[in-house]
Amino acid sequence: MAHVADTVENAPATPEKEQPYAALGLKPDEYAKIREILGRRPTSGELAMYSVMWSEHCSYKSSKIYLRQFGQKVSPKMKEHLMVGMGENAGVVDIGEGWAVTFKVESHNHPSYIEPFQGAATGVGGIVRDIISMGARPVAVMDQLRFGAVENPDTARVVHGVVGGISFYGNCLGLPNIGGETYFDAVYQGNPLVNALAVGVLRHEDLHLANASGVGNKVVLFGARTGGDGIGGASILASDSFDKTGPTKRPAVQVGDPFAEKVLIECCLELYKNELVEGIQDLGAAGISCATSELASNGDGGMFVELDNVLLRDPTLTAEEILMSESQERMMAVVKPEKLDAFMAVVNKWDVETSVLGEVTDTGRLIIHHGGEEIVNVDPRTVAIDGPVYERPVAYPSWIDELNTKTAAVLPRATDGAGLKEQFLQLVASPNLADKSLITDQYDYYVMGNTALAFPDDAGMIRVDEESGLGFSIATDANGRYCQLDPYEGARLALAEAFRNVAVSGATPMAVTDCLNFGSPEDPEVMWQFSRAVEGLADACLEMEIPVTGGNVSFYNQTGTNAIHPTPVVGVLGVIDDVARRIPSSWQDEGQHIYLLGITREELDGSAWANTIHQHLGGRPPQVDLGREMELASLIRGASLESLIGSAHDLSDGGLAQALAESVIRFGIGARVWLDDIIDRDGIDATNALFSESTSRVLVSVPREDDVKFLGLCEARNYPVLRIGVTDGTGADAALEVQGQFTVSVAEVRERSAATLPKYFG
Amino acid sequence: MPTIVVEVMPKAELLDPAGKAVAGALARLGHTSFTNVRIGKRFELTVEGPVTDATLAQAQTIAEEILSNQVIEDVTAVFEAK
Amino acid sequence: MRIGVITFPGSLDDRDAQRAISLAGAEPVALWHGEHDLHGVDAIVLPGGFSYGDYLRCGAIASHSPIMAEVIDAANKGLPVLGICNGFQMLVEAHLLPGGLIRNDHGKFVRRDQVIRVENNTTAWTTDFSAGEEIVIPLKNGEGGYIASDETLKQLEGDGLVAFRYMGVNPNGSLNDIAGLTNARGNVVGLMPHPEHAVEAGFGPNTDFRMRSGVDGLKVFTSVLEGVLS
Repeated sequence: MAHVADTVENAPATPEKEQPYAALGLKPDEYAKIREILGRRPTSGELAMYSVMWSEHCSYKSSKIYLRQFGQKVSPKMKEHLMVGMGENAGVVDIGEGWAVTFKVESHNHPSYIEPFQGAATGVGGIVRDIISMGARPVAVMDQLRFGAVENPDTARVVHGVVGGISFYGNCLGLPNIGGETYFDAVYQGNPLVNALAVGVLRHEDLHLANASGVGNKVVLFGARTGGDGIGGASILASDSFDKTGPTKRPAVQVGDPFAEKVLIECCLELYKNELVEGIQDLGAAGISCATSELASNGDGGMFVELDNVLLRDPTLTAEEILMSESQERMMAVVKPEKLDAFMAVVNKWDVETSVLGEVTDTGRLIIHHGGEEIVNVDPRTVAIDGPVYERPVAYPSWIDELNTKTAAVLPRATDGAGLKEQFLQLVASPNLADKSLITDQYDYYVMGNTALAFPDDAGMIRVDEESGLGFSIATDANGRYCQLDPYEGARLALAEAFRNVAVSGATPMAVTDCLNFGSPEDPEVMWQFSRAVEGLADACLEMEIPVTGGNVSFYNQTGTNAIHPTPVVGVLGVIDDVARRIPSSWQDEGQHIYLLGITREELDGSAWANTIHQHLGGRPPQVDLGREMELASLIRGASLESLIGSAHDLSDGGLAQALAESVIRFGIGARVWLDDIIDRDGIDATNALFSESTSRVLVSVPREDDVKFLGLCEARNYPVLRIGVTDGTGADAALEVQGQFTVSVAEVRERSAATLPKYFG
Repeated sequence: MPTIVVEVMPKAELLDPAGKAVAGALARLGHTSFTNVRIGKRFELTVEGPVTDATLAQAQTIAEEILSNQVIEDVTAVFEAK
Repeated sequence: MRIGVITFPGSLDDRDAQRAISLAGAEPVALWHGEHDLHGVDAIVLPGGFSYGDYLRCGAIASHSPIMAEVIDAANKGLPVLGICNGFQMLVEAHLLPGGLIRNDHGKFVRRDQVIRVENNTTAWTTDFSAGEEIVIPLKNGEGGYIASDETLKQLEGDGLVAFRYMGVNPNGSLNDIAGLTNARGNVVGLMPHPEHAVEAGFGPNTDFRMRSGVDGLKVFTSVLEGVLS
């Protein structure tokens, strides 16, 4: 392979050399900017680095000006428990007793459409490495999945691949998968969303930040060898939609090796524990380009790298390919020279291949040599931090006013009990509300032995301290349909729901991560959706006083002019002093009183009812009162501290009907329920009582002996509460009776719920 | 019965975790003559009647479309077993 | 009473096994695959996981680890050895137990709360159970389908070497619903389900009474304790 190096020395002498910047995803003005920064044309190695680092995926160039709000709209209380905020690999939150939690959600959407199994697998791998780089032990993962319509034949390909990939990678990695979301909607047909969230725990003193400080410290690459995986993936993937007619720019995908990653986790934790590293940076998108430029930018500003020292799986790789390779399961460490021997002893123990690439300098330059020639000489900040920033055109969508007038309130409703029963069962069996065991049964939630709650509970919960029982709870939500109707309110609703899901588990919400999935930023209407969603989320976080600690933006989720619904996935982390206090989502005992907390309004727009019964999307999303949500969370926590409640279930998609269905299915305990009091007090009809998706509502079961105390608590806090039933019946006779309307056996509800996914994906 | 063999290998430029793990084990067990292992799949398709150019072509097609995932794998051989 | 838990590269449930041993009242001792030293332990657990990624065959590479030579030697002399899931696969690969474990018949990884019946309560790891006792412990595997020749199956059944059997649902296509085996001497036991995940109320499988409250697995670890002490 005669590949002549394009050297720094040579570049000024050949300014006219044609460079494939466009094919690498750079715009002409971006290329001109690079030439201006360098005062010459870039070498091909430098061009490779700038192109991947200035891609949308790595530089956030279209979103940056909006994301700043998360740092600006903050109160002192929001900083109180925040140890590391946005901008690092993952945010870190102090949960007390000397413990901290780090968590983040990230997208791996495009690769998961091309090669669902490996795409999803490496998505898990990537987010877990972010967690390790903070000095934490990863302890849980979750996935937020959105697929096309169930009946579309391509959906099965994507579902099987994605779920198989997550199952393969996550299980082999030994991380409990404790929750997540699965939705089906034709808007995601060519653009499935595969978001992966990981959580890690650490002692305060174990916190590490990835930066290259200390002149003379060694820069070490360890883990898997570098091969030709996903070369150019980061930039090419993030700059082009999948145009079926045009020439394909599909890159080689990456193949994940969870075993290598598991070994890497243990190896990194041992390196941290023995204090052998200054910092560790994970290699993800843009590989060595990203790791070296970010480490140098965040440290003393300079680094020297000998690229020949990179251990290669494929010896024919060129310097540019080595710089851009996205081979998985690699890490880069900064090590003091005197600790290098001890460092090597640990990596050798774990059979992890390692090579010293270079060292930290104070030159302010990132200099890379290959084959004895200088091929890169740049200010690393111009690569990693000071990339282009765009204020993209924003346009109010031409169609949205009309969509907002098409309310679901005018749609025909069931006129009798039999009709309501039929609709109830249709909703239970609808793909988005149906039992997801087909998927979740493929995930291990037992490993590590600390899982206190997992799907189908509203939130996942993990014990952090085995002595005290201290733990965290986590839930994620996003309703793309609400966001399509109003992205500002939709983002607030997503936060409200995730907050409520954490609260009903008994935990106190503390921090937020988000994964903002949108269409093309080059479409002004999409950009408007994005700007409104970010504003809504930032405003809501300020109002609820919980900080956004980090996250990810995924643009270009569209095919041609068809963009996905705006889908801002919001993850909320809560803390609980003792996981023994956790609240199950479903009742486990007969004879408990069933209470509905909150007010039900005429709110069917955007609902699961409108979608399932009428295939309708229009109107305005439900109102959300964040103050009310906080009162509700506080009430649940108070009741939990006094052990007054047997179960608590958030009301959201499918309203009261779905909450009742899930509550009876889970442990097979039936219920007698009446709607009259809701209908009378709230001035609504039976359809709304069952299917409205009004917010700030929770279904609670209370042991009879705690009835008075519980009601007293609600009264003292002035929170609307109605007793709407009693849990009753087990075994074959168990039924859900909605008095005056219909009765349905628990077995039938379960059967209808369980049959749907196997029908399409069994 | 005549048989057509289809061999599928992970793409050369992609990581083969399985092969890597076995290669590592061989080295640890002292078998140092082997520097690399790659693991592929072999399919044996039993044919009704004689193997013709047409059945071979058909096998090639299903090898590419069904038996392998062209994103991560290559069909390296399609031949009649002797 | 000291019970060793061997960690291989890719072991996942090693800490869980150590916790189970502590809860049973013994001292867990962490052992490393690359050593030749069993540190004088009184019993050994080969934990679950995906040793070496399970890429060749499950447990195959681990069964050639340096420490496995010592384990095989000690097992042949009567030291109690328990293989859970991947550990069971290692015992089979090491020929301490007969047969093999193949991909689940439905082709998928499965995690479920599994009812199994204790078929032999005379092994080193099952004496605290009553004969025929039905217990619930978590199962989680991709390659847990037990296979053996007809002759071997006949012998296993005839000699009472089936230690645990799946009840209700056969989750992976195992022949004769076999969930776990013992050797003739009763000191080496392997099973696919995970007793170490059913040892602590709140974190175990669901029971008829309460969510995540199952602790049936604890008796596996207390059994060996009593055997060694007596």
